[in-house]
Amino acid sequence: MDKIIKNGHVIDKKNALDAKLDILISDGMIVKIGENIEKEGAEIIDAEGMYVSAGLIDMHVHLREPGYEYKEDIESGTAAAAAGGFTAVCPMPNTNPVCDNAVTVRYIKEREREAAHCRVFPIGAVTKGLKGEELAEIGEMKKEGIVAISDDGRPVSNGSVMRRAMQYADGFDLQVISHCEDLSLLDGGQMNDSVTATLMGLRPIVPAVEEAMVARDILIAEHEGKKIHIAHVSTKNSVDLVRQAKKRGVKVTCETAPHYFVLTDKAVEGFDTNAKMNPPLRDESDREAIIEGLCDGTIDCIITDHAPHHIDEKRVEFEKALNGIVGLETSLGLSITYLVKSGRMTLGEMLEKMTYNPSHILNLDLGEIAVGKIADLTIFDPDEEWVVDVNKFHSKSKNSPFDGFKLQGKAHKTLIGGEIIYNG
Amino acid sequence: MLPGRKDLLGIQELSAEDIYEILDLAAEMKEKVLSGDKKTYHLQGKSVVTLFYENSTRTRLSFELASKYMSSSSANITASGSSVQKGETLIDTGKTIDSMGTDVIIIRHSAAGAPHLLAKNVKASVVNAGDGMNEHPTQALLDMLTIRENLGGFEGLKVAIVGDITHSRVARSDAFALTKLGASVFIAGPETLIPRGFENAGNVTICKSVEEAVIDADVIVNLRIQLERQKSALFPTIHEYSEFYGMDQKRLSLAKPGALIMHPGPVNRGVELTSCVADSEQSYITRQVTNGVAVRMAVLYLLCREA
Repeated sequence: MDKIIKNGHVIDKKNALDAKLDILISDGMIVKIGENIEKEGAEIIDAEGMYVSAGLIDMHVHLREPGYEYKEDIESGTAAAAAGGFTAVCPMPNTNPVCDNAVTVRYIKEREREAAHCRVFPIGAVTKGLKGEELAEIGEMKKEGIVAISDDGRPVSNGSVMRRAMQYADGFDLQVISHCEDLSLLDGGQMNDSVTATLMGLRPIVPAVEEAMVARDILIAEHEGKKIHIAHVSTKNSVDLVRQAKKRGVKVTCETAPHYFVLTDKAVEGFDTNAKMNPPLRDESDREAIIEGLCDGTIDCIITDHAPHHIDEKRVEFEKALNGIVGLETSLGLSITYLVKSGRMTLGEMLEKMTYNPSHILNLDLGEIAVGKIADLTIFDPDEEWVVDVNKFHSKSKNSPFDGFKLQGKAHKTLIGGEIIYNG
Repeated sequence: MLPGRKDLLGIQELSAEDIYEILDLAAEMKEKVLSGDKKTYHLQGKSVVTLFYENSTRTRLSFELASKYMSSSSANITASGSSVQKGETLIDTGKTIDSMGTDVIIIRHSAAGAPHLLAKNVKASVVNAGDGMNEHPTQALLDMLTIRENLGGFEGLKVAIVGDITHSRVARSDAFALTKLGASVFIAGPETLIPRGFENAGNVTICKSVEEAVIDADVIVNLRIQLERQKSALFPTIHEYSEFYGMDQKRLSLAKPGALIMHPGPVNRGVELTSCVADSEQSYITRQVTNGVAVRMAVLYLLCREA
């Protein structure tokens, strides 16, 4: 069946689209883009007053299934994703059992077919059990559908193991995603090393915990001529390290999350466990550097690091609280509000970091609006004002520091292969 | 005091006026403590529970005696002998204590912010008796009482705080209180034990040496050093620590004549202080302990009265 998305403002920087255009979809594929498309019998999806983008892709989420379904599962996590405008998400392997084997990958893909509201591209573990010692069966997992490998949540502390992982993964055209954290420097840290930490008596995390490993992985990748993708960049020096490396031609890419360009470590005041994450919220100069890194192209992707936790895991002493926040239902609004409406970048530039760039890094062949591409699309209103209410989240978990934030920009329809999977 | 205030969680949240109100009442309470008949009826019909997740001798005993002198019903819970060991959460423990009609919960906990979490979840007043590296407000109040009794006030005083600032909730609470009351604070200790930006705690100067901090000081607060910290590469040996950061007669002689030597206790003799200094005329360590009871009586009464 044919469908026409009519009267929407189509935006795709990669394909130089930024105008009111119609999109004709046939058999789930984009077959025509143009003005006033008419086709007999086609179903009309009216996008008057809306923008139409390639479907948003979040290459860094935690869906918690298998093993932690009380926090989130593939059904609820992808429902949150679809409501947030996402058409594809990449869950990290720190589930229980760990996604370090073909059987678990197959299980996740099965659950995607049974229950998911958007595409699910699993990320496999680098090492067995995320222990940082022996390589997981990376080839076997690739056969079942992983799109990258990462020990996210934990660093690959042993530099030789990381070097071998980059070499081995390259043989399977898989991207290695590095969670950079030098645990020997962590020293029980609870929040960014700052006056706030000092005055609250919380153990500090120095930025070098992240930066030392960013530097290490860049240097390994440079010497080996291999690719490396740095997860959740949060500091000024990390941005600088990636910027310099890119200038030297290192095949490094990186990502950040909205909380690193919206919040600072001051959000922890009052011992707010919803402001506790890893890496921690940094200071104002870091926040500004993250925005600059996004603007000049050093930072390739905006991810959410969607990390659902049960309220019982957050309503505890700060040092006992688990790290992380949910993000799928606030990411688009935060990015539009704090990057586009604030005048720092164009809507097209921002969307590229949530569509084409992650797709390109992971070889997904998605994230574009072009004839012949799959019709994964997000229809949203960039001007709509709304107030974040965690109780309205589709996610099972409500651990967000953005409750009550006034944002601009909201997804209204999410389409996968031309089918409307979210209609809000 | 503390109009509308349910809890005492830290000095940071108090005004100078609040502190003076507590000190004035504490001075009255002290007379009672020192008199032959300690019994008062300020907390008649009230119940006070101490909930200690960390070991303590003097703070717990001090709160316990304070509440008993004022005729409250009091009870003690320690983490090691309670449902805490069975995995009960802090909030659940707090609600259990609350449900028994408790008026005040006094909590000590190794996690910064634990009293704040408890306070949000119980009807009872919560008093912070030390939370991790964050605050120890009643210790600061008893230090302030000791200083005011002996020096008359705070304006223009130079107070040196020496030792492990990083891990010290006393250093934080003292610095907040002294600043609010008009004194200046001079900090010295191994660089590894002075946290980033501590000068933002108030009118605080970070000194390069103990000598620099104690010159012309009116008061010297020596902090306890935990001996096991040398295992974390924070200082090399106890010997070296005491040589460079310990208080001896020579360093003491740099301070104003008659300067007050204070220490929150328990003292490692020969480490933070030589015995000679600890037992000298200028040592106010035991007087601090007496003032601790008086200050805690004042705090308990003011919170119960407010309720």
